[in-house]
Amino acid sequence: MPGAAEARFQPASDQSLLIYLGETITLEIHEQIVKLLHLMESNPIEGIRNLHPAYCSLLVQFDPFVLDHRSLEKTLRGYLNRLGDVRLAQSRRIDIPVCYGGEYGPDLNDVADLHGMTPAQVIELHSSATYVVYFFGFTPGFAYLSGLPESLETPRLATPRRKVPQGGVGIAGKQAGVYPFATPGGWRLLGRTPEAMFQPDRQHMSLLSIGDRVRFLPISEEEFRARRAA
Amino acid sequence: MRTIHVEAPGLLTTVQDLGRSGYGTLGVSASGAADPIALRLGNRLVGNPENAAGLEKTLLGGTLAFSDPMVLALTGCDFGTTLDGHAVPLWTSFEVASGQKLQIGSTRTGARCYLCVQGGIAVKLFLGSASTHLLSGLGGLEGRALRRGDVLTVAPAPPGFIHKRVATEVLEQLAFRKTLRVTDGPQWDWFSGSAQDLLLTIPYRVTEEANRMGLRLEGAPITANSEAPMITEGVSLGAIQVPPSGQPIILFVEQQTTGGYPKIANIISADMASVGQLRPRDEIRFERIAMADARNALAKQEKLLASELLNI
Repeated sequence: MPGAAEARFQPASDQSLLIYLGETITLEIHEQIVKLLHLMESNPIEGIRNLHPAYCSLLVQFDPFVLDHRSLEKTLRGYLNRLGDVRLAQSRRIDIPVCYGGEYGPDLNDVADLHGMTPAQVIELHSSATYVVYFFGFTPGFAYLSGLPESLETPRLATPRRKVPQGGVGIAGKQAGVYPFATPGGWRLLGRTPEAMFQPDRQHMSLLSIGDRVRFLPISEEEFRARRAA
Repeated sequence: MRTIHVEAPGLLTTVQDLGRSGYGTLGVSASGAADPIALRLGNRLVGNPENAAGLEKTLLGGTLAFSDPMVLALTGCDFGTTLDGHAVPLWTSFEVASGQKLQIGSTRTGARCYLCVQGGIAVKLFLGSASTHLLSGLGGLEGRALRRGDVLTVAPAPPGFIHKRVATEVLEQLAFRKTLRVTDGPQWDWFSGSAQDLLLTIPYRVTEEANRMGLRLEGAPITANSEAPMITEGVSLGAIQVPPSGQPIILFVEQQTTGGYPKIANIISADMASVGQLRPRDEIRFERIAMADARNALAKQEKLLASELLNI
């Protein structure tokens, strides 16, 4: 288990510091990142402005008139020594309904061809896996999900789309995700969800939280329309 | 209720304050004014807190009309602005009467100018800030750039007008730079000595793909040495990331919050306002400095910003 001794600290800018708890993508290292995040959120350090967790690192942005890299590293080493005491809540299970293929998933057939499968097999594989929310990035509420079956690993599009529709369900490399907003994007689109992934006027703005276990649930076009209307 | 009417929106006008922090874990970047120095001084000129919401105008300003008398200030770059045909000076507070029209032309120097109004622009806050986040369509006025026919509400302000300006000596010292100072990025060591030298000696040109999310540069390609694959991690404002093409990208105020390209350097905080004034085809250079010098530059800048405004 990575502790204070194995942590690597690296200044990223004159007001940010990166902490690496490992150099690989594993659930164990990620759990340590989540614990550190939890500890920093429940015991806030004065002068910290923003936290950006990722697979095996946490970027801490701070007010340079309150903190510097050295004093922050010292404080954080104290936090790392307490990681063993952090108990994380049981992870939630969230189902995301997806209408696959056709205009909803314009890349489904290409992905099937690339892997020598039928579109139905791609849907079956994508919707039978359980994914873990590692972190949010790119846009508000864009969750990076790990757990894509190896046989579905697909490079991103050579040329990104100018506009991916809101709710686009995509894959890229080993990753899976859902576009919360209509934005440009280079992930291969297998389908689309009617769920609002990010809604600012809701108590939990983001449908997903870091650590959630996610499954994709195939739905029909009729169901997609009905849920959108609701 | 005092209102500002958008008769012509200009090229890209958005409502901005100093941005929102604390939501990085949700993937929300700070956003906020691209040239925060201009917004802060503009707000002070009209008697607002520095963080009040104003209008950020890009390259071409447009035309605004005012329902009631208001106190305004224009800061940032010179767009050749006139009020009912009479030139309006920059960095100075001025009054408009009800029905007057402010015509903000096109830039003569950098990329952006700011219009601040006494009381500030009133919009619904998103995560504690009025700033528009264009990519996700959140914040500001309906999460978008202003359009012709939009009506902006101005928050109430106590009556009274004090004619103020920013001292010329202060402005000279705050003038935007084309040589941007950088500190080492987290992957500085992934680049060979010759790649590092290239970044610090060759001029880079700002391409047409330059916006609030980031600025793509073109110049001598620099490539990372390392064979180790980069694992996506949090990225900071002003990071200079290098994709496989070798053409660097500066991450800006509406940046993505994580990224998978190595970052060779990071622009210092004191020079970020200068990035907000870069236009396509501008030529820039990078100068590497120590972390302690970056902190000192910011402290010096904040001291200047705290200078008293001059009464006229």
